[in-house]
Amino acid sequence: MSKVTITIDGLQISADQGMTVLEAAQANGLYIPNLCNHPDLKPAGLCRVCVVKMDDWKIAISCKQPVKDGMVISTEDPEVQQIRKNTVELIVADHPMTCLTCEADGKCELQRVAHYVGITPEGLNRYRRKVRAIPIDRSNPFFDVDHSKCILCGICVRTCDELQNINAIDYAQRGVASFISTLGAKPIADSRCESCGECVVRCPVAALAPKGAQEPMREVKSICAYCGVGCGVMLGVRGQKVVSVQGDRDNPVNKGSLCVKGRFGYKFINHPERLKTPLIKKNGKLEEATWDEALELVADKFSKSKGDKFAALASARITNEDNYLIQKFTRAVMGTNNIDHCARL
Amino acid sequence: MQKVNSPADVAKMRDYCQAAFARRKLRFLVCAGTGCIAGGSLEVYEEFKRVISERGIDINVDLLFEGQESEAGTVTSGCHGFCQMGPLVRVEPMGTFYTKVKAKDVEEIVTATMDENTVVERLLYEKDDGSHATTELDVPFYNRQQRIVLGGCGTIDAEDIREYFAVDGFKALATILQDLSPEQVIEIVKDSGLRGRGGGGFPAGRKWEAGRNAKATPKYVVCNGDEGDPGAFMDRSVLEANPQSVIEGMTIAAYAIGAEFGVVYVRAEYPLAVVRLLKAIEQAKEYGVLGDNIMGTGFNFDIEVFQGAGAFVCGESTALTLSIEGKRGMPRVAPRPRTTEVGLYDKPTLLNNVKSFAYVPDIIREGAEWFKGIGTESSSGTAVFALTGNIVNAGLIEVPMGIKLREIIYDIGGGIPKGGTFKAVQTGGPSGGCLPESLLDTPIDYDSLDEAGSIMGSGGMVVMDERTCMVDVARYFLNFTEEESCGQCVPCRLGTKQLLEILNDICAGKGKKQDIDLLIELSHSIHGGSVCGLGQTAANPVLTTLRYFKDEYEAHINDKCCPARVCKDLISFRINEDKCKGCTLCARACPVSAISGEKKEVHVIDQGLCIQCGVCMEKCPNKFSAVDCVSPKIPVPAKEKTEVPA
Ligand SMILES: Cc1cc2nc3c(=O)[nH]c(=O)nc-3n(C[C@H](O)[C@H](O)[C@H](O)COP(=O)(O)O)c2cc1C
Ligand code: SF4
Ligand code: SF4
Ligand code: SF4
Repeated sequence: MSKVTITIDGLQISADQGMTVLEAAQANGLYIPNLCNHPDLKPAGLCRVCVVKMDDWKIAISCKQPVKDGMVISTEDPEVQQIRKNTVELIVADHPMTCLTCEADGKCELQRVAHYVGITPEGLNRYRRKVRAIPIDRSNPFFDVDHSKCILCGICVRTCDELQNINAIDYAQRGVASFISTLGAKPIADSRCESCGECVVRCPVAALAPKGAQEPMREVKSICAYCGVGCGVMLGVRGQKVVSVQGDRDNPVNKGSLCVKGRFGYKFINHPERLKTPLIKKNGKLEEATWDEALELVADKFSKSKGDKFAALASARITNEDNYLIQKFTRAVMGTNNIDHCARL
Repeated sequence: MQKVNSPADVAKMRDYCQAAFARRKLRFLVCAGTGCIAGGSLEVYEEFKRVISERGIDINVDLLFEGQESEAGTVTSGCHGFCQMGPLVRVEPMGTFYTKVKAKDVEEIVTATMDENTVVERLLYEKDDGSHATTELDVPFYNRQQRIVLGGCGTIDAEDIREYFAVDGFKALATILQDLSPEQVIEIVKDSGLRGRGGGGFPAGRKWEAGRNAKATPKYVVCNGDEGDPGAFMDRSVLEANPQSVIEGMTIAAYAIGAEFGVVYVRAEYPLAVVRLLKAIEQAKEYGVLGDNIMGTGFNFDIEVFQGAGAFVCGESTALTLSIEGKRGMPRVAPRPRTTEVGLYDKPTLLNNVKSFAYVPDIIREGAEWFKGIGTESSSGTAVFALTGNIVNAGLIEVPMGIKLREIIYDIGGGIPKGGTFKAVQTGGPSGGCLPESLLDTPIDYDSLDEAGSIMGSGGMVVMDERTCMVDVARYFLNFTEEESCGQCVPCRLGTKQLLEILNDICAGKGKKQDIDLLIELSHSIHGGSVCGLGQTAANPVLTTLRYFKDEYEAHINDKCCPARVCKDLISFRINEDKCKGCTLCARACPVSAISGEKKEVHVIDQGLCIQCGVCMEKCPNKFSAVDCVSPKIPVPAKEKTEVPA
């Protein structure tokens, strides 16, 4: 890929042809404040926080502006600073001030940006503050939708469209009345949303926030046990308990994505009723057994059940290879074609 | 003659139609523009039909084409522009021009014209000197105008394409199909200096050239008839009165850029425009001047009408094409390819305003030099305005570019009614600005208006007198933009909201000292930070009123005083003890019974109850004029506490 050289605030940096100014800055470790940009998504250029001065005259939106050799960018030009500051002040003036009890506290992009541009109480007090009072949508079992915190960056909409191809949500209404909505403004649980949570993890604030999530004390790399895809996960652990799951962005299988089960279905791990050993029914009662005992019992019963009285139903929770083995076993060892798979039901 | 089979046939068609219409001795032309219809012009038209038919005359136009002579006929036309004086009727060929015609006047007009060879004087327009104008040419409202794009408005029946043929309709299309290459057509449009009439003023010829040069196919021609500015009805009038000129202009454009398909985007609130357009398209196809194999030349071009749901922002070119595609109408964010490269369905698209297209047939027929000769060096041709507000002659006008605001307001508009004084004029709709008396000599052209802080826009012109509060005006426009913003970008969505709330506070007497600075600061950031023209210009009404009427803002904020006595929270009504005669009219009219006083005794308004509706002031007889409106407010005395016994 051909390289170009651009200057940002006096620093010469090298960038790939086709990158945007923001990408080039980020690739070189430079921070340009932004809210509606996400590396996984096409740039939208809506929040207007990433404004820069280009070649000393033009106001450009760095997340949309492609780099050009010799381009000179200023992020600290007074006009640009003023636009950025007013823009962030406007968002903050429209935002609830409940940071300390907010789900996103500490990882909130709005906090980061507000801090960077330097929001002061005096500056903010000049504004008329009116936070939109829209009831929180708690219909989804895994996450809540709090429109009063939403900054309308559209990251969720683009995630659901570009990454998930589900299009469960979009902008509704217009102007200050606009909000992120399901079709017909139904509760999100009654929409076509599949609760994958991809939007939730990308929401820069806590307008989309997982229910009852806890910050982990450490993270453990693992593989999701739900299906044959084998997505990489980072299990967040506190003490001996799994308190959160994140997609492993380094895993080549899922590159950070997860489905509803992998992301939110982790409570079974520490559930008191979780099965940890095989159970064998003795005298009408299930009793704990060792794996050797259990396998022996199964093998014994199988060998008495060869032929068409036997049938096998394979599970989607195991890999393709294991599924292949089951059908091979059923046909070659048990001598029957009575084999099916749960994914076909 | 039923069809135009070759470009040369157009002239024959014209002669054929002219000959047919010449068989009718008299024509009573009733204006059926929106204003006149509201005034009852359709009843007038029905009455003409009845009265003429009663004389045994068949008004069916088709008979003329069958060779029959006729004594008289009646048709409806599009807007004549002089809405203030409607319903309007013109008698042709004499051109007698009647104003404020009611159905009951029709019999008299017909008798005077057909039997007595006289005019009905009382229905003629009365000039300032008391004399009467018999024709439009004599009416000051018209004689300073130069009507090109409105030329067909008020002269032809929009629903009969033969009337358009009779006035050289489709001659321009025939000329280019026969004699000119697409490049030559573009050269003419470029030479004419035509600039887009949708607000931006982009040179049309250059846009057409870009459309021609675009490589991808198919290409589209889109006509922007969204017209969302409050108070504007220029495009509507053209579409209702002369849809054929738009169709011809679009077809010429299609030939120039190499397109076979076009769309007219009309807001759904314009049902009559939609009906007339559809009819005109159907007739044009029937006559072989639209559709497949136009005029037998092998050139194909078809037009569809798309009804927009009425969002102002959908008038922006990229939002408009998305809207046609069925998507949410949100302007595309820059940097983005030009619409001439990536437009409708991501294909090269030539998008122009209704009027821009409607000028084209005239330009081709009369030549680029002719058009360039009208107006100014940088803005050629005419400008169309919907003149409204505190003005004697409200209506639709077309004037050569370069004319001064003063000439429009005083010579054409007839000045401010009822002895009021001029305060400001607002051009350019919600994106424009308010200009004061001192700038009335500003010439009307794109650049001069821009310099003065306003814009040409698509043609709204609101005149305001001294009873207008400029803070309130800014608030009115901000209310509009705040609601119409698509909401995607932060400075526009939240910035307009913030401006509006600050203005609301100032009007309510809750303005703070630093508000003026904040208004200016935010206005600049909204301008610099917004994606599309809506946001970029949203603060213009605030900035221009601050620039020219800052003292009014200061009076509101510092003295809690509304100098124009408009802002309800800052005014009080008071009865002058020396003037009140105790007639009780005000007390009886007050909706909240805030006025007390015995008959023949001085009345008093309870300021605690008064809701500032102003009815008392209206009701007080002029000879007393005992009610004053004052600002700042008269303090409401604190209610005396009644001691509650323990
Ligand atoms: C918010 C907004 C609203 C607009 N509304 C209209 C409109 O109603 N009609 C129109 O012709 N142009 C409108 N425009 C301008 C169009 O984007 C476009 O420039 C124009 O239609 C091009 O035609 P022209 O070159 O013939 O002027 C609007 C622009 C903006 C930003
Ligand atoms: S959870 Fe998944 S499916 Fe539901 S809205 Fe978010 S991205 Fe779309
Ligand atoms: S919910 Fe979150 S991601 Fe979606 S628009 Fe609002 S702030 Fe952005
Ligand atoms: S400036 Fe306003 S109307 Fe235009 S794109 Fe931005 S939010 Fe939408």
